[in-house]
Amino acid sequence: MPMENGKNLPESEYPGGLKTELTLGLPGGEAAAPKSGGKRGFSETVDLNLGTSAEVEVSVSTAPQSKAQIVGWPPVRSYRKNMIKNCKYVKVAVDGAPYLRKVDLEIYASYQELLTALEDMFGCLTICNVLNERKIMDQANGTEYVPTYEDRDGDWMLIGDVPWKMFVESCKRMRLMKSSEAIGLAPKTSSKGLSIS
Amino acid sequence: MAYSFPEEVLEHVFWFLSSDKDRNAVSLVCKSWYEIERWCRRRVFIGNCYSVTPEIVIRRFPEVRELEMKGKPHFADFNLVPEGWGACVYPWVTAMSAAYPFLEEIKLKRMVVTDESLELISKSFRNFKVLVLSSCEGFTTDGLASIAANCRNLRELDLRESEVEDLSGHWLSHFPDNCTSLVSLNMSCLGSEVSFSALERLVSRSPNLRTLRLNRAVPLEKLPNLLRRAPQLVELGTGAYSAEIRSDIFSNLAEAFSVCKQLKGLSGFWDVVPAYLPAMYSVCSGITSLNLSYATIQSPDLVKLVSQCRNLQCLWVLDYIEDSGLEALAASCKDLQELRVFPSDPFGAEPNVSLTERGLVSVSEGCPKLQSVLYFCRQMSNAALIAIARNRPNMVRFRLCILEPRAPDYLTLEPLDTGFGAIVENCKELRRLSMSGLLTDRVFKYIGTHAKKLEMLSIAFAGDSDLGLHHVLSGCESLRKLEIRDCPFGDKALLANAAKLETMRSLWMSSCSVSFGACKLLGQKMPRLNVEVIDERGPPDSRPESCPVERLYVYRTVAGRRVDMPGFVWTMDEDSTLSASESGNKPNVWGLRALMPSILHLAELIVAINILMNKEAKLLFSLFHV
Repeated sequence: MPMENGKNLPESEYPGGLKTELTLGLPGGEAAAPKSGGKRGFSETVDLNLGTSAEVEVSVSTAPQSKAQIVGWPPVRSYRKNMIKNCKYVKVAVDGAPYLRKVDLEIYASYQELLTALEDMFGCLTICNVLNERKIMDQANGTEYVPTYEDRDGDWMLIGDVPWKMFVESCKRMRLMKSSEAIGLAPKTSSKGLSIS
Repeated sequence: MAYSFPEEVLEHVFWFLSSDKDRNAVSLVCKSWYEIERWCRRRVFIGNCYSVTPEIVIRRFPEVRELEMKGKPHFADFNLVPEGWGACVYPWVTAMSAAYPFLEEIKLKRMVVTDESLELISKSFRNFKVLVLSSCEGFTTDGLASIAANCRNLRELDLRESEVEDLSGHWLSHFPDNCTSLVSLNMSCLGSEVSFSALERLVSRSPNLRTLRLNRAVPLEKLPNLLRRAPQLVELGTGAYSAEIRSDIFSNLAEAFSVCKQLKGLSGFWDVVPAYLPAMYSVCSGITSLNLSYATIQSPDLVKLVSQCRNLQCLWVLDYIEDSGLEALAASCKDLQELRVFPSDPFGAEPNVSLTERGLVSVSEGCPKLQSVLYFCRQMSNAALIAIARNRPNMVRFRLCILEPRAPDYLTLEPLDTGFGAIVENCKELRRLSMSGLLTDRVFKYIGTHAKKLEMLSIAFAGDSDLGLHHVLSGCESLRKLEIRDCPFGDKALLANAAKLETMRSLWMSSCSVSFGACKLLGQKMPRLNVEVIDERGPPDSRPESCPVERLYVYRTVAGRRVDMPGFVWTMDEDSTLSASESGNKPNVWGLRALMPSILHLAELIVAINILMNKEAKLLFSLFHV
């Protein structure tokens, strides 16, 4: 179906390289692609290039089956979305970021896809594979994050230890914790993880 | 006048006034009427919890029995308002627990309700009867247990579409054995299984039960047990509508339904097995309201069901019904007033069902009473909208969502301006409108010119310039709520129509082009508005004044600035000081350059402000009916 592509507002450049780009087009739209480049994956994101001047690397591991999504569009309540298809929305908090986002775990097939989507969502983060350990870093200030989640029993666990499907089923919410705070978090599915209020 | 009616007589007369509008009018007649009225007002509706404080409400209305209140802006439903934004009911509950010991009803929408709040409610109000939590969040099933256990005279517990942290189904068992007052129970949003025997016993001892909306976990085979114990039910929400296909289950179900001669409303229908739908046929002729919006069944099954419901007035359904199903609906249900068609696959790139503008046109042709529409589809044309407008000049609520933003008329590739223009021109009683598709400033001109009764307008990905917003703000006399996302509307229209904002409940603008400077100006010059900027990028004054804000929420208030703002919300008020980085950039008084160039508009603005100054008193009172 033909789509009239949205207008891009004049880009504003500020001293210090802070670019704020509000575009009205869909991320990865046909004509003018957003400056951040490339198509986004499954993640619901606001098409704002937030934060740093570092290039945001967008990697999509599989071809999107559905279109790139805009936050809150179409205007269907998540309550309704959850009821109809297999949806599992969980909240994701990142230490230091002002607000939470929600992700639908059902649309990812693996940890790699999930972490990539998180990369997209919290634009300043990148995943580095260091010695086979997946770490998430904020390249701009060198802060390392450890991806954790709260399971059904209320325990906080490291992401990646249990098989993917088991994780999807038991995950209640996620938190990218600063490495410095993650000391003491049990690496395996022990009965008591570090409890975070 | 030396002699007038004694107070008791006036009070007796005022008792008969139930509408807030009437009571507000009465309060304005004279001081003594104001006094008498305020002592006998029992019901207060607060459309925006931040427009007033509990103290102000309590001071004016000391004898309130029923409170209805709304919190977050509507776009919170679509994740546009971040977590932690606010709208907590707890301060209200604490204030009322002291001031209104006889409070009976609390109805909340889009508010954050904690278990502490629920517990406090359950223990503070001896005669508490009605709790309706619509699209609320923040509580768990533990909070529900307090309500069940402590509210001896509970009549209604309705959790419609709330997000509840479901710890267990045990809460239901907290209803004491001597609780027999239940009239309405809606637990459809809960996931956990409740004890079925506890549910059965509760239903058995509630002779006045009229509404029962079960959750998905209640199995179909057990539904007859409940129906038999509540043949007086008027509204039923089933649990999952699926079971192994067995004739004994079917006949049991059919028999149970046939006993419920008063049933008017049906909902639920998760996981429908079509073979079980005929079990309901005996009640269909009496059904006026049918919510099949979770029923993932195909058009033929939907049609069979719906064509049995000749007296249907309200239908919510998924787009599986398709154009053909809507045609059948139009032929069978001549009393239809409200239709909502939801998308089964909103994010799919390709259409998965054959539902187009034709379905809506058929219904508009065939159903003379159709006045309320919510329709999700993938294509639309001006011709269709014009036809709908001509068919249904009695339309009151029209919400159309074309899934693709900025989709043009699929036949002509033109904007849908004329189509929506026809809607507002023909439907003179239109109170609510949501638009989508490709729209230019022209459609806003039509809206400003014709939509004189429009109270709520939702706009997304539309318009070309500030002129669009100006048309709406200057033309729509009855406008109360305006919500806008992703439109190229900026400072000019907003500032030129600043006074208009005090006549409205609220304005939401996200991903538009309103600058921080304009927000500050608005906040400084309009003390009775709260101008709030929501921005994830840190304090707005760490960026240039010309930088657009992410989200803006403006609302009128007598409460002053919020005291509970989270870190990502900033209020623009008289105390806003400019930060050092902008020292060379002080705006003119009123930011004259930012205003529309025409002197006429400036004059209008000045006149409007003057009028407002005189209307201060009216504003204060009218805030109680927003």
